[in-house]
Amino acid sequence: MLDPRLSIIEDRLSNIERIIVVSSGKGGVGKSIITSTIALILAREGFKVGLLDLDFTSPTTHIALGVSAEKIQPIEDRGIVPPEVHGIKYMSLIFYLGDKAAPLRGNEISNALLEVLAITRWGKLDFLLVDMPPGIGDLMLDVLKYFKRANFLIITSSSKMAFETVRKLLLLLRGLGAEIMGVIENIKLDDSTYIRREVNALGEKFLGEIHFDENLEEAIGSVEKLLKTKFADEVRSILWELLKT
Amino acid sequence: MHEWALAEAIISAVSQIAERGNLRAIKEVTLRIGELQQIDREILKFALSQMASGKLAGVKFRMKLVRARFKCRVCGHKWTFNENSPPNHIKEAIHFIPEVAYAHLRCPRCSSPDFEISGGRGIWISSVRGVK
Ligand SMILES: Nc1ncnc2c1ncn2[C@@H]1O[C@H](COP(=O)(O)OP(=O)(O)OP(=O)(O)O)[C@@H](O)[C@H]1O
Ligand SMILES: [Mg+2]
Ligand SMILES: [Zn+2]
Repeated sequence: MLDPRLSIIEDRLSNIERIIVVSSGKGGVGKSIITSTIALILAREGFKVGLLDLDFTSPTTHIALGVSAEKIQPIEDRGIVPPEVHGIKYMSLIFYLGDKAAPLRGNEISNALLEVLAITRWGKLDFLLVDMPPGIGDLMLDVLKYFKRANFLIITSSSKMAFETVRKLLLLLRGLGAEIMGVIENIKLDDSTYIRREVNALGEKFLGEIHFDENLEEAIGSVEKLLKTKFADEVRSILWELLKT
Repeated sequence: MHEWALAEAIISAVSQIAERGNLRAIKEVTLRIGELQQIDREILKFALSQMASGKLAGVKFRMKLVRARFKCRVCGHKWTFNENSPPNHIKEAIHFIPEVAYAHLRCPRCSSPDFEISGGRGIWISSVRGVK
């Protein structure tokens, strides 16, 4: 028996110039807020941008973007056309979950991903940003399988314990031949160079640091405020440096 | 309208089978359709007939509905989708992404969200008949 969804996924992603998968392995290091901020910055610059929240069990990018599933829903047209929010084509399971949690086992996560990729019609995009859940499990393997051209953007905090997992993810991705854009150090509090040195020692690119921003929390929910934070400024300068190459 | 997306996927998969198997034409395709997908079979048939061309022109699609069976991993209770019949907006969400069933449905006996869904999930091409 053959699952026809498998043969359409490549088609659905075929008009996307660049797929950036933001991941860490570690939880709570800022993947979702960084993904959302990058998407907003690129959209403001006039790029065609999509954002896919793959944290099925606990999606959060809608909070950063100020999306309410009661007000906005995808359009059905030969599949699902993601709604535009702040110029970003946005897809998340929140449209189908309401305010409920989805306790999914690994195999069910794989199936949900397959379904989302098979029915979502992104159209032409310059960038698709993908927000990953924490962990190095089924979903990471599926993403490697379906997003053949993905570029992995890795986020870590300054903690040695966080980096322990990030190191494993980097080695795994490298072993699988994945395209690694580099590592961003987030929530930086001091001027330790530990992460920079470790990343360089692994032969990967250290892309820059984002400091702890005490005004970030208050800005979440308002896109205008978010884009004016120091946090966003630091994301912006890392992003432009990254896109130059 | 999700039916059109699935039809596109089916046509693409069957076309690939035709290419790989060096088939001149495809005569008949049998599909197994999971109940949870809540596909409108008339729309799916229409969409398929609109998209079938080339080697697939005139192909006959047979569809078999596969009932969804639920089994609780905690208390072992078994039930069906109909018994549990959720309100329409939830049915609609499950139609698009069947896995959201885990957010909306519970074991009718012990209320656990930890259940297995067998059979009624997804859409499958179970056989393809063509000529060389
Ligand atoms: N540079 C920063 N300054 C201040 N707060 C930050 C910074 N980066 C992230 N945060 C905050 O840390 C929290 C976790 O961020 P976020 O949810 O983006 O992490 P995550 O890696 O996506 O987490 P999870 O692994 O749970 O998905 C959020 O409240 C966010 O606002
Ligand atoms: Mg997150
Ligand atoms: Zn039970």
